[in-house]
Amino acid sequence: MAVVKEKPREEQLPTRRRKIAATGSDAAAYAVRDADVDVVAVYPITPQAPIAENIAQMIADGELDAELIHVESEHSAMSAAVAAAATGARSFTATSSQGLELMHEILYIASGLRQPVVMALATRALSAPINIWNDYADAMAMRDTSWIMIFSENVQEVYDNLVQAFRIAEHPDVLLPVVVTLDGYILSHTTEALEPLDREEVLSFAPKRPRGYRPVLDPDHPVTIGVLGAPNWYQEVKVQQALAMRESRRVIEETGKEFGKRYGREYGFIEPYYMDDAEVAIVTLGATSSLVKAAVNRLREQGVKAGMVKIRVFRPFPAEELAKVLENVNALGVLDRAVSFGGALEGPLAMEVLSTLAVRGITKPFISFIHGLGGRDIFVKDVVEMYQKLLEAAKSGKSVTRTLFYGVRSRRGHII
Amino acid sequence: MLDVPRVEIRFHGRGGQGAVTAAKVLASAAVDEGKYALAFPEYGAERRGAPVLAFTRIDEKPILEREPILEPDIVVVFDPSLEPEIYMRGLKPNGMLVINTKKTVDQVVKLLEEHGLQKPRCIARIDATDIALKHLRAPIVNTSMLAALVRAAKVVRLETLEENIRKVFAERPHIAEANIKAMEEAYNSTEVVCL
Repeated sequence: MAVVKEKPREEQLPTRRRKIAATGSDAAAYAVRDADVDVVAVYPITPQAPIAENIAQMIADGELDAELIHVESEHSAMSAAVAAAATGARSFTATSSQGLELMHEILYIASGLRQPVVMALATRALSAPINIWNDYADAMAMRDTSWIMIFSENVQEVYDNLVQAFRIAEHPDVLLPVVVTLDGYILSHTTEALEPLDREEVLSFAPKRPRGYRPVLDPDHPVTIGVLGAPNWYQEVKVQQALAMRESRRVIEETGKEFGKRYGREYGFIEPYYMDDAEVAIVTLGATSSLVKAAVNRLREQGVKAGMVKIRVFRPFPAEELAKVLENVNALGVLDRAVSFGGALEGPLAMEVLSTLAVRGITKPFISFIHGLGGRDIFVKDVVEMYQKLLEAAKSGKSVTRTLFYGVRSRRGHII
Repeated sequence: MLDVPRVEIRFHGRGGQGAVTAAKVLASAAVDEGKYALAFPEYGAERRGAPVLAFTRIDEKPILEREPILEPDIVVVFDPSLEPEIYMRGLKPNGMLVINTKKTVDQVVKLLEEHGLQKPRCIARIDATDIALKHLRAPIVNTSMLAALVRAAKVVRLETLEENIRKVFAERPHIAEANIKAMEEAYNSTEVVCL
């Protein structure tokens, strides 16, 4: 088998730290504790609720000295988090689904005001019908809000990504809010091995902002932020914001590398898996990546040259890295867990990947897959079937022009 | 002892019996023993008395499969009133049934036959409800069932499980100790028959 370049497997890592069993929600709360967050403004929603509960417990037990603001809605939660960040405090919130939708207005304000709020998003489907289970509809709905978006594949990544998020968000060259996702239930409520860091280590990796290093809300030096931006200046502000998002790439990259140097787990924008000689590949996000890797392993045992690419940083989108790694495949699929209703293709990630390639003159037989909406279980065998479809596309050299929905009930009611 | 690198266990209980906690505690114990584990429940509209499913995978290597367990090596049945068709579904032919019941092993075999179900290779029976009522004064059978599972399949050590029970009930040590007494009685009274 070809030499595979990928991030070090867990078993190769130094084992001086003790592993504990934790859920994704536990991991998020540990990261908040270890980053010594100052203000947590949060409103409970499933499946995010255990993050807020854990943090409340830590504050009650004296493990974390933070102000926990019990707000009356998610709209207020985000407003409070933005205002706290504007005073220079390290500010955190968490939400899911409808909660994120209610925050939506303030999501733009957080980024427009360049306030480094960090949020954990336990991804969940959107109503109607009411559904509390996992998909990426909520996350995809915030893709244009100018938040840096980092997806986590497992419980360890929830912790590591959040620790990095504080350093990225508060970096003076970035000053943008960061959201770290954890798949609802699939990570938020799943128990796995976690290797947390010591608090001193986290604080030396992601030190808190020195007071007053940039204009912040301070009674002794009053400033107004968020004033009117008329046509004579609004566009400049937005262009600066777009540039800040582009510039953040450097800091995100540095942060992931430095994390690897210190703790043995290096993070990049993407994680290629068996891509060196892959003939067919699937691009995906979040905890779904684990299933796709399992499918790749199964296909590799049968001699099929399958590969996969996990998008870790969805915003800013890693177009260069992705184009490079996909250059040599014969056919390419994208597995989405959200629908862009009425889109040219209905998978939001599919459109992103396709435009990445098209603008660079790379064309490949391409298939957009959607599966796993509202907690519908994706099985490894379903992903294997997608690869088989891609092998056909590679052979015929033809793309499928419509998005394919997998795992949907037949007329007889069976999930096929 | 199952001689496979990966063990997949499915817990069947009813809301309030602690199946979800059992799956998590087992995974914690496996992690404490240096293994990889994944534990997750099947989430629905949670309510007391409703059928509950929870899953634990244990492996020597990192686990990528996050899908529900359709073909378990072991099923652990907390409530004898659950339908055998449901808890036996997909159980591997060389798998094991660990069941809380007042029936004898022969009677359990007969029940499976009456339902036209294939017999598993091994059956472990335990009257966990009796043990839980005696030690905990409540029919919360999860700790007794974990002890029965460990007796029958040795997926982790009983001591590691007990340490984890002490962690779960860190603020209520008297409850931890009552559970540990229940576990020890369950461990010693589990009857394992391989057919």
